[in-house]
Amino acid sequence: MLGWSYMAFSESFFAHRFGITRSDLESYLADALSRGGDYADLYFEYLSTSSMSLDESIVKSATQGVSVGVGVRVIAGERTGYAYSDDLSPEKIRKAAKVAACIAAGPAKIDKTSLEEGMRRNLYPVLVSPNETAFAERVELVKRADKAARDYDSRIFQVQATYADNLRQVLIATSGGVLSYDRQPLARLSVSALARQNGGPPQRGHAGGGGRVELSYFLDEKPPEYFAVDAARQAVVQLDAVEAPAGETTVVLGPGWPGVLLHEAVGHGLEADFNRKQVSAFSGRIGQQVASPLCTVIDDGTIRNRRGSLNVDDEGNPTARNVLIEKGILRGYLQDQLSSRILGEQPTGNGRRESYEHIPMPRMTNTFMLAGESDPGDIIRSVPRGLYCVNFGGGQVDITSGNFVFSASESYLIEDGKLTRPVRNATLVGNGPEALKYVSMVGNDLQLDEGIGICGKEGQSVPVGVGIPTIRVDRMTVGGTA
Amino acid sequence: MSSNHLPELAADCIRQALAAGAADAECTISEGEEFSANIRMREVESLKESGSRAAGLRILIGKNTGSAYTSDLSPEGIRQMVAAAIELAKITTADPHAGLPDAGELGAIPGDLRLYSEDIAQLETPRKIELAREAEAAALDADPRISNSEGGSFDTHLGRNIFANSRGFLGEYRTSYCSLAAVPIAREGESMERDYWVSMARRFAALELPADIGRIAAMRALRRLGGKKVETQRVPVVFEPRTASSLLGNIFEAVHGESVYRQASFLAGKLGEKVASENLTVIDDATTPGLFGTSPFDDEGVPSRRTVILEKGVLRNYLLNTYTARKLGMKTTGSASRGLTGNAGIGHGNLYIEKGAPTPESVIASVANGFYVTELIGSGVNVVTGDYSRGAAGIWIRNGELAYPVSEVTIAGNLKDMLMNVEMIASDLEFRGSTAAPTLVIREMTVGGR
Repeated sequence: MLGWSYMAFSESFFAHRFGITRSDLESYLADALSRGGDYADLYFEYLSTSSMSLDESIVKSATQGVSVGVGVRVIAGERTGYAYSDDLSPEKIRKAAKVAACIAAGPAKIDKTSLEEGMRRNLYPVLVSPNETAFAERVELVKRADKAARDYDSRIFQVQATYADNLRQVLIATSGGVLSYDRQPLARLSVSALARQNGGPPQRGHAGGGGRVELSYFLDEKPPEYFAVDAARQAVVQLDAVEAPAGETTVVLGPGWPGVLLHEAVGHGLEADFNRKQVSAFSGRIGQQVASPLCTVIDDGTIRNRRGSLNVDDEGNPTARNVLIEKGILRGYLQDQLSSRILGEQPTGNGRRESYEHIPMPRMTNTFMLAGESDPGDIIRSVPRGLYCVNFGGGQVDITSGNFVFSASESYLIEDGKLTRPVRNATLVGNGPEALKYVSMVGNDLQLDEGIGICGKEGQSVPVGVGIPTIRVDRMTVGGTA
Repeated sequence: MSSNHLPELAADCIRQALAAGAADAECTISEGEEFSANIRMREVESLKESGSRAAGLRILIGKNTGSAYTSDLSPEGIRQMVAAAIELAKITTADPHAGLPDAGELGAIPGDLRLYSEDIAQLETPRKIELAREAEAAALDADPRISNSEGGSFDTHLGRNIFANSRGFLGEYRTSYCSLAAVPIAREGESMERDYWVSMARRFAALELPADIGRIAAMRALRRLGGKKVETQRVPVVFEPRTASSLLGNIFEAVHGESVYRQASFLAGKLGEKVASENLTVIDDATTPGLFGTSPFDDEGVPSRRTVILEKGVLRNYLLNTYTARKLGMKTTGSASRGLTGNAGIGHGNLYIEKGAPTPESVIASVANGFYVTELIGSGVNVVTGDYSRGAAGIWIRNGELAYPVSEVTIAGNLKDMLMNVEMIASDLEFRGSTAAPTLVIREMTVGGR
C-alpha cells in the first residue's frame, strides 16, 4: 500500500511554470458557471512526447514535441458544454469558459467555488521520467531490439522497433472544490519481426511492453531483448502454421494479454454512459448472472507502475479497485462524473479523456479476472479438441448487441489434451453477456499484460491494461477457414 | 480564421532551421476550428466549440533526420522546436534514401478544388442543433421499435494546412467539412441492435437531408433485429458499399510503399501481374474537385494526381512517397501523408473501385445461398499473408432474396483468393468519404457460425 501525502498546489507544475494561482482557477470556474451551469471543471495539460523508430537496422526517425492546453467543461442537468484553448493566457481561458458556459441559459446558481487541496498518493514514483533522460540512452533500446531479433533466428529478415514515451502534467480544478494535479510518465517499446523460409511467404510477429516506469525498467526488468526475442519467436512459429478451424469449438486462453477478451466482452458494456442510456447489452442487469461462478472481474486503476493506472482520473477523482463481476454476478458499472451524478452513484475514478481537447467519459483502467484454482496444464489436458490462444492483435465490440471479436495472432490446436500445430491468425467472436457463462475452468496463474494496450472509444484513445489467468471457454466461434 | 502570418511563420521556421545547421527542412502548420452538437432523445446532450493550431518541423543534416512539433507558436516555442529537431538528428542513423523531393517534382494542381465552402462557416449554432435534432427525430419516428437512440450529431471542421520546404515550396489550402449522423437503437423482445447512417460533405448544400439520414439509419437498425448465427459453411459473400469500402482499406495497406519495400505485403513484387479478377479496377484519384480525398499537393509538396492501382485485375502501381519511391527505384505517386511530425507516411486520395453495369439488386439476385454483409468488426486482416478473418453481421440470401438477419459470425478467407474471386460489381458507386466501392460479390468465403 502506498502512502498518501498532502498536496501543495503552489509546488505544482502549472503554478510553478505558468504562474496559475488558486484564485485564477476559482475565477475561471465562476466564468464557466456564469450562465447557470450545475458543475464545471478545468483540465490543464502539458504533454511532452518523444519517439524513435528503427527499420532495416537504421534509426530512421526521431521526434519530440510539446502540446499545451486547457479544456473547460460545464454540466447543466444532463447537458455538457465544452471548449478548449491551446493558449493559457487568462483572456483565452476566460473565452473558453464563456463558450462552455452557454450550455446553460440563466443566472448563475453557484457564486463561488473554494478549491481544496486534497491528499495525494503516487502510484508511479518515477523520479526521472524516461522522457527526461538522454536521447542517446533511449535510442540504444531500439538498436538492441533489432540485434536480438535478428540474432534469434536466421529466418528473421525484417525488424522494426519503436520506443515512445511521454510525460503528461495535469491540473484539474472542479466546482465541487476538487483541486488535483498529477505527473504521469508513460513509456513503451514495441518490436515487430518478419520471418521467411525457403522463399516462402513471410510471417509477422509482434511484442512490446512498458508502463509508468523509469527508463531502468527497460534496462533491468524487461530489456529490449525480452520483447525482440518474443516478436521473432512468434514470426518463426507462424511459418509452420496451419489453417484455423471455422465454427464453434472449445477455446483455452493463455494468461496475460488474452485478457483483451474481458475488455471487449464485458468491459465496454459496463461503462456507465451506455448503461445510463440503456443502450448496452448489460443495461439493467446488475445483480444478474452474466458469467460462470468461476469468474470475478475487476477494474483497478491503482496498480503500481501499470500502463492503465492513474493517481487521479481525468476529472480529479481518485482511481480505485472496482469489482465489475463477482463470482459471475454483475456488481457495478464504471462511472464518470456525469453518469454518476445522473444515476446518483459515486464516481469510481474511471472518467478519462485523450487530451484537453476531449470531453471525459467512463473508461477502463486495468481490467482483469482473478485467479482460480486450476493448474494451467490440467486445463489444456482437459480439452479433447480445441484451440489454445496466447497472443492477440486486438478486438472490438458492438455494445448494443453485445457481439464482440478479438483477433488471435498466436494460437495452437489442442488435440487429445496436447498442443499440436500452430494455427494462422483467426478472429474469435462471441456475445458479451453470454460468452463468460461458458468458462468452465480458471487457472491459478493470473498475469497482467506487458503494457501495450490502447483503447479507442468514440474517437478517443487512452492507455489501458488487461490481465487474465489461463481459462477454458467451452464454446466460442472461431473464424478460420478449415 | 485570421492568422494571416502563418505562411510567413512556416517560411521563417525553414530559415531558422537552415541557420541552425540543417541542410534541408520541411515545416507543416495546421490550424482548425471544430464544432459539434449532439442530441439524444430529442434533447441537447453536448455542444463543443474550439480552435487550435500547431506546427511541425523535420530537418536533415546530411542523411540524418530529426523532427519536432509544438502547439506553442510564439517565437520562443518555435525556437525550441527548431533546436529539438536539430538535437534529434544527432541520434538517428544516416539513411541513404532520406531526403526531400527533387525541386522539379514540387508543385500544386492549379484551379479551385472546392475543398472549402463558406456556407459551412456561416451556419449559426441553433441551426446546427436543429439539424442534429431532425436527423435523430426522423429515426425515432420511423418505427415504434426504434425506442432508444445514441443520438443525432452535427459536426463541422474548418481547417487550414500550410506546408513549406527548403527547396522553395510554400503552399497552403483551406478545407471545410460537415457531417450529420443518426445512431438509432431498435428493440424487439430480447433483441437490441444499433446502426447508423452518416452524410459528410465539404459544403453544407451537398449534405443529405436530416429526414433521409434518420430514416435510413432506422431501416438499417431494424433489419438487424432477431439476428442469429448460421451453420458454418462456404458460400458466396456479397459486400454492400459500406463493407466493400473496407476491402479498399485492405488493398491500400497492401500497396502501401512501406509494406512493399519491407516485403510485408502479399502484393509485394507483383507489379504487372494479374492479382485480381478481370472485372476489378481500383483507382486512387486525389484530383477530383470537392471530394474528401482531394488536395492540391501531398504532404511533401508534390502535386496530387490520379494513380491506377489495379487495371482489370492487373497490379499497375503502388502508392508511394518520395522515400519509398527511392527505396523501390520508382517515382513518387504524390501520396505522402503525415501528421505534424516525423517522416512522411503514405495516404490515399479518393480510393475507389470502378463501378460495373448490374444493379445491386441483380447482384443479390445472382446468389442462391449466401451472405450479404452489412457490418464488419475487428482487425483480423494480415496484409503480410493476406489472411482475412473478421466478425460480421448482415442478412442471409436465400434464392436471390434477402431472407433473415445474421449476427455473431465470422467471414474468413485469404485476400489473394478474395480479389481473384470478385464475381460481379454493381453500379451503385457513391463517394461518401475518401474510399468508395459499389456492391460486389466474392464467389466463396468461409462463414463461421454454429
